[in-house]
Amino acid sequence: MDVTFILQLIINGLVVGSIYALVATGFVIIYKASSALNLAQGEFLMVGAYFCLNLLSKHQIPFWQAILITFAFSAILGILIERLILRPLIGSHLISVIMVTLGLSSILKALVQLFYGTDTIPFPEVFPSAPVLIGPVPVSQGYLYAIGCVTILVALLTSFFKYSKTGVAMRATASSQQVALSMGISVKKMFAISWAISAIVSSVGGILLGTIRGGIDMSLSFMGLKVLPVVILGGLDSILGAIVGGVIIGVLENLSGGFVDPLVGGGAKEVAPYIALILILMFKPYGLFGKKKIERV
Amino acid sequence: MRCGDFKTSYSADMTIFESNTARVMLGLFLCLLFSLPLYTPGYVLDIVNRIGIAVIGAVGLNILTGFTGQISLGNAAFMAIGAFSCGYLGTKFNLPFYVCIPLAGLLTAFFGMFVGIPSLRIKGLYLAMATLAAHFIVEFLVVKWDSVTGGVAGLSIPVAQVGGFAFDSDRRIFYLIFTISIASVLFAKNLFRTKVGKAFVAIRDQAISAEVMGVNILKYKLLSFGISSFYVGVAGALMAYQAKIISPETFPVTVAIDYLGMIIIGGLGSILGSIYGAVFITLLPELLRLGTSALAGPFPLLVSKLAAMKELVFGLFVVIFILFEPAGMAARWHSIKNYWKLYPFSH
Repeated sequence: MDVTFILQLIINGLVVGSIYALVATGFVIIYKASSALNLAQGEFLMVGAYFCLNLLSKHQIPFWQAILITFAFSAILGILIERLILRPLIGSHLISVIMVTLGLSSILKALVQLFYGTDTIPFPEVFPSAPVLIGPVPVSQGYLYAIGCVTILVALLTSFFKYSKTGVAMRATASSQQVALSMGISVKKMFAISWAISAIVSSVGGILLGTIRGGIDMSLSFMGLKVLPVVILGGLDSILGAIVGGVIIGVLENLSGGFVDPLVGGGAKEVAPYIALILILMFKPYGLFGKKKIERV
Repeated sequence: MRCGDFKTSYSADMTIFESNTARVMLGLFLCLLFSLPLYTPGYVLDIVNRIGIAVIGAVGLNILTGFTGQISLGNAAFMAIGAFSCGYLGTKFNLPFYVCIPLAGLLTAFFGMFVGIPSLRIKGLYLAMATLAAHFIVEFLVVKWDSVTGGVAGLSIPVAQVGGFAFDSDRRIFYLIFTISIASVLFAKNLFRTKVGKAFVAIRDQAISAEVMGVNILKYKLLSFGISSFYVGVAGALMAYQAKIISPETFPVTVAIDYLGMIIIGGLGSILGSIYGAVFITLLPELLRLGTSALAGPFPLLVSKLAAMKELVFGLFVVIFILFEPAGMAARWHSIKNYWKLYPFSH
């Protein structure tokens, strides 16, 4: 067995997995705050990436400014969607929430298609791409920067939830909306903030994917479906779970791509996370770190 | 003059036709429907046939999702299983269509029940994700198992024929599709007047209470998965006969989303609603195509954006219906009808 090959696969898996972790974190933040399942997460990522690309290449705005503008745009998009579409649905049946986010994902996908077309658009190189050697394995610098960005962002998010007043209020909302309300926390505001944060985090994922792949197209929206095995593995309401799950699924995907794909002639990489999803649901339906639910009539 | 809708007996509440007029109207509608192939051009008939198939699929999904409350995103996969098993039986064993279609339905029903087994432990969004995962796994298997499915190249389906009569044109296959379609709508309509149907609704409304009342949850959930998948499998098989050639790309995950859109827009938990939704969603791209070709003069760009437009309008309709008319077109139609029936003395 070729060790370099395995290492290469694992490192690729870590990179992709860290982006999964990021998007999954966005997913979990929304689910924790408002128990809404956002199936349009992948579209948030795509919209963020396209918006940033537009600023970079059409308007020639420097990278850091472009990123800040993209963040602002994503935040506004998230808040608008929460205010206009999700808030009227609070308390309604689960299928309504699932379908409304599916409808939303259709709308966002269609808008991107209308504005940018379906061709792959090259993404400007942000990080130097010259490879560096880690042990025997050459790794693109872009990969390392991506992992670095994700780590920093996750650390920022963790300290936000741990130390800032808003973050604590959001955690309070997640654990009990009624208690939070009686303590004077505006639950509506927390919902809006969770959507804004989630959209921002997803847009970072989109930009990182764009720089790593060197181009973006409509397939970015599939990340929203890829993230489902991740959150199921980690537990739907655990940010730590999202991160661990993201890395595991990313590595699993790349390993099965490297070892199973040659045996079956491709396609195993795409389907492996979903087989994992079924197995997790069978044996550990609340994931690694998820909270067990007790049902009452 | 009527001033309200008052029913004094159970049988009056359960009746399908409220009056003889309704019975006559339906009879007239069916006569009109079955005379369609006599004077309709092939292109329109092709759309009508697709509506007929969509009605079967939408009614099937509504039995599972609308009436039993089990969310399934695996509809496209079930349809693929119906289509490919029908195609395989037809090509390898030379079975006639009237054996293939029920067999395809049964096979899909078994598969659906298999997928439904976890539904006892997991529910709601977990079940939605499990069925979505099932979709991707089936898609993978369909591509890989090429000795049965023809792989990416696809499978061509022999023409359905009985005796000397071949259902080889839109005009002829229309009768096959709509006979099955009407039969399945009738069956579904009657299903919810029986004990089984009422058990489904009880599970949807409050599963734990239903269990306490003596409804065997596992049995009825699996039954619901089975019946629903049978419908969807039959729809897939008919789709195979209509399209004549099927490949894995015929059944992408967007098909499942389209079907969910049908029952949301039409009305969850309403047989009539599934029909409205199926008609609406199938007609939507055709209407858009008409609209864009009419506007192609002043806006030539529109034609190339047709796919995106379709997706945009679909998404908008789904969102608008969920926000403003969650019970769908069926409920809206009902309230409009009641308004005029009781006019001017409603309430």
